[in-house]
Amino acid sequence: MRTTADRIDPVAINGIGTSPLRKEDWPLVRGEGTFIADFKRPGMVHAFVVRSPMAHARFASIDRTATLAAPGVVDVITANELPDRGHPIPTRQFADEGSNRFLQRPLADGVVRYSGEPVAVVIADSRYRAEDAAELLDIDYERLDVVLDPDDAVAADAPLLRPEAGTNVAGHLLVEMGALDEAFAKADLVIEETFHIQRHAAVPLETRGLLAEYDAETDSLTVWGAAKIPHVNRTILARLLGWSDESRVRMVELHVGGGFGARGEFYPEDFLIPFAAIRTGRPVAWVEDREENLRATNHSREQVHRVEMALKKDGTFLALKDSFINNTGAYVRTHGMTVPGLSVSMLPGPYKWPAYRGEFRSVVTNKTPGGTYRSPGRFEINFVRERLIDIAAHSLGIDPIDIRRRNLIGKASFPHDVGTLYDGHPVIYDSGDYELLLDKALAAFDYEGLKRWRREPAAEGMRRGLGVGFFVEKAGPAEREYARVELNDDGDVMVYTGSASVGQGVETILAQVCVSHLGLPYERVRVIHGDTAVIPEGMGAFGSRATMLGGAAVMRASEQVRKRVFGLAAEELEAAPADLVLTPEGVSVIGAPARSVSLKTLLSASGGLIMEEHRFVCDLLGFPYGIHFAAVEVDPASGAIHIHRYAVAYDIGRCVNPVLVAGQISGGFAQGIGGALLEEFSFDANGQPLSASFMDYLLPTSEEVPDVELLLTEDAPSPLNPLGVKGAGEGGTAAVGAAIANAVSDALGSEVTRLPLSPQRVVELARA
Amino acid sequence: MSRRIAIEINGRAVEGEVEPRLLLADFIRDNAGLTGTHLGCEHGVCGACTVQLDGHPVRSCLMFAVQAHGRRIATVEGMAPSDSSLSTLQQAFHECHALQCGFCTPGILMTMEAFLREEPDPTPERIRSALAGNLCRCTGYQNIITAVRLAADRLNC
Repeated sequence: MRTTADRIDPVAINGIGTSPLRKEDWPLVRGEGTFIADFKRPGMVHAFVVRSPMAHARFASIDRTATLAAPGVVDVITANELPDRGHPIPTRQFADEGSNRFLQRPLADGVVRYSGEPVAVVIADSRYRAEDAAELLDIDYERLDVVLDPDDAVAADAPLLRPEAGTNVAGHLLVEMGALDEAFAKADLVIEETFHIQRHAAVPLETRGLLAEYDAETDSLTVWGAAKIPHVNRTILARLLGWSDESRVRMVELHVGGGFGARGEFYPEDFLIPFAAIRTGRPVAWVEDREENLRATNHSREQVHRVEMALKKDGTFLALKDSFINNTGAYVRTHGMTVPGLSVSMLPGPYKWPAYRGEFRSVVTNKTPGGTYRSPGRFEINFVRERLIDIAAHSLGIDPIDIRRRNLIGKASFPHDVGTLYDGHPVIYDSGDYELLLDKALAAFDYEGLKRWRREPAAEGMRRGLGVGFFVEKAGPAEREYARVELNDDGDVMVYTGSASVGQGVETILAQVCVSHLGLPYERVRVIHGDTAVIPEGMGAFGSRATMLGGAAVMRASEQVRKRVFGLAAEELEAAPADLVLTPEGVSVIGAPARSVSLKTLLSASGGLIMEEHRFVCDLLGFPYGIHFAAVEVDPASGAIHIHRYAVAYDIGRCVNPVLVAGQISGGFAQGIGGALLEEFSFDANGQPLSASFMDYLLPTSEEVPDVELLLTEDAPSPLNPLGVKGAGEGGTAAVGAAIANAVSDALGSEVTRLPLSPQRVVELARA
Repeated sequence: MSRRIAIEINGRAVEGEVEPRLLLADFIRDNAGLTGTHLGCEHGVCGACTVQLDGHPVRSCLMFAVQAHGRRIATVEGMAPSDSSLSTLQQAFHECHALQCGFCTPGILMTMEAFLREEPDPTPERIRSALAGNLCRCTGYQNIITAVRLAADRLNC
């Protein structure tokens, strides 16, 4: 129910739908931010994590003697020093009994399973000296056979990472709906193809880091450098430490230099550094270097899909069948099962499929463990599905837009139950008008003009291609979020949120939501996040959920504060609440400014402060959707791909801040370009990483990322939250691989089945 | 093994007794306490640690502190004219949403400030090219290019 909020003019106060300058920027442009490496505590010492140089090996013992005697060394921790030799780090989504056999412990104990696995922690008075001393650590590795490729991992004679498990398959899921065999039996055309998506990762520009300090007097621990899910990680850390009272742990988020899914998950270091602080009694700081980051922080995306699609000759889709292997790396980490789980539940995309059968096996191999990366599981399946549709369209001689239009889920079918499950929750597309977005996008981006450009002669030797990629994204849950809004009698507002900042602008967004429903100017609001000592609960920032759930909680708490203030003022002024207006000075009657009462007076009985809390609960996901368009020129001789135009149409239900949403799209798109063209973790035959520096692992620079055109629509607000928002963080990435691969296939007349489209691969395709 | 060095940073003489292997970036961050200079890769690719050495952008992770003895360094902390204002370039970054997490921003500001001194009226293509030595994982670069162009307009008028 909309109450007095109807009177609030969002434009006047920088509310929802406007783009005020960000609250976050000022310290960041002045060099006054506090990232974890900038944060210091008196008496602190530095940790260096010693990592396995081998991808698979046995070791009998670690001799610490020389390291302990080295200058400046405070302590050396191996599995011997950990209680019970270290407890396994649990998964936090897609719980799976079978996958629990493959969890990682904080330190390797007798066997290392990937290059980069932590085997010891050296603590010294400087990072330089900790690294010096680490070189003296004596470990006799005995090499074991490695398995790297996902197909090899399921072979009968594959080396096993866990011989006691008898398999490398850590997880398996089958989803079936409709009459699959019947559908294939009556098909006019069946397309069968295998697709490979390469291993790449989030790689935020700030590496991970932590600073932990133990207070013996209160027997409590403070950990700075938390990100993404501070409260969730507090629970995990307390459990791993064997502390039943998790309030003895305080997690504090500082400035965070990008997350994108990888940062903030619970890693071995998230136990080791706090443990070292307790053990040494000194504040212990740890900052990952880039080489460690590329070997130790979650990788993602490596999947091999074997798909079959059944169609009628008019292009109607009859059935889709996919069996894929997901390479989760050496251990199942917190999100080990999340990524393939998302792939299998979201492969159907925006189309009607009378029958679908999706199945995955998630395997362990001797590579860095995997987890989520922006648009997890979806960047992969959008590439698979949209490529497959184009191959079918080519076979049937149907235009790629027409074949899609014919099969889109119709507006009348929403909410649309896909029939799959996301972490136990049904995948029900909450709202949408896919065809409307298609029509708007074709007009806004002048698709006819693009088709003319495609037919015009290119420069000598160059070939032109167009590609589209449709996608449905997911946004929202875990299931709840907390907000507290406090108004003081100076007219200043504090918003406490259980959401977190990973650099995306959550303070700005939540302040806008607050003012839209409280009615005070944006400048008066401060947003507090990421400190478990002042925020009682929270689920954090992931899966494009901070605006959807965090925003809804802030909205409700703000409305409650406004209602209370107006209730007090209505009595005082003898006026109806609907006739009142709130300013930082106080409340007055509309049209009669002399009839007013100050906040000082109104709030005097409540100690100068009004405080309201709200816990917003929603266990269903929102599903924003969109279309990517790519127009490319390909040089078949050099393999270079020049992006002539790139455009994204995206319906996010409702847009809180258009400039920030556009920033999410262009940033997400840049990461998609990395995944489509450049980024790949390669390994040699022994499992040695070949991409452990920025000279080998290629992040896109300004020269590889063209400007992206954006059409943002609000035609299908989400019915799942009172704001109608769906989350906008991942759509810029979701279909870049799909659209670019379709455009390159169109240019070369040769079907792309593998990412990334490196120059070498493009040259091979051109010759095929 | 330690050596005594003195480096002028943002107009202030900073002295220190340092090991020859100490990176310039670590000297700036730890000895001078100026943590606005960030380390993103420590091998000279990402550009986050860019500072100006005698007016020219350099990567402070690729120099030892002892190599900067007697030289003049500018870091991001010296850009703003006062505590309550921003430089033209900083203000343009703020207005154009040219940063998200802000980790790469100091290095980009130092690179672009020096670039605009050398090339006060660059085309967007020239800015794109000059920016290619700095990695940003959040923004997709286009707002950075817009911000640099806006700053050029304001500086030239």
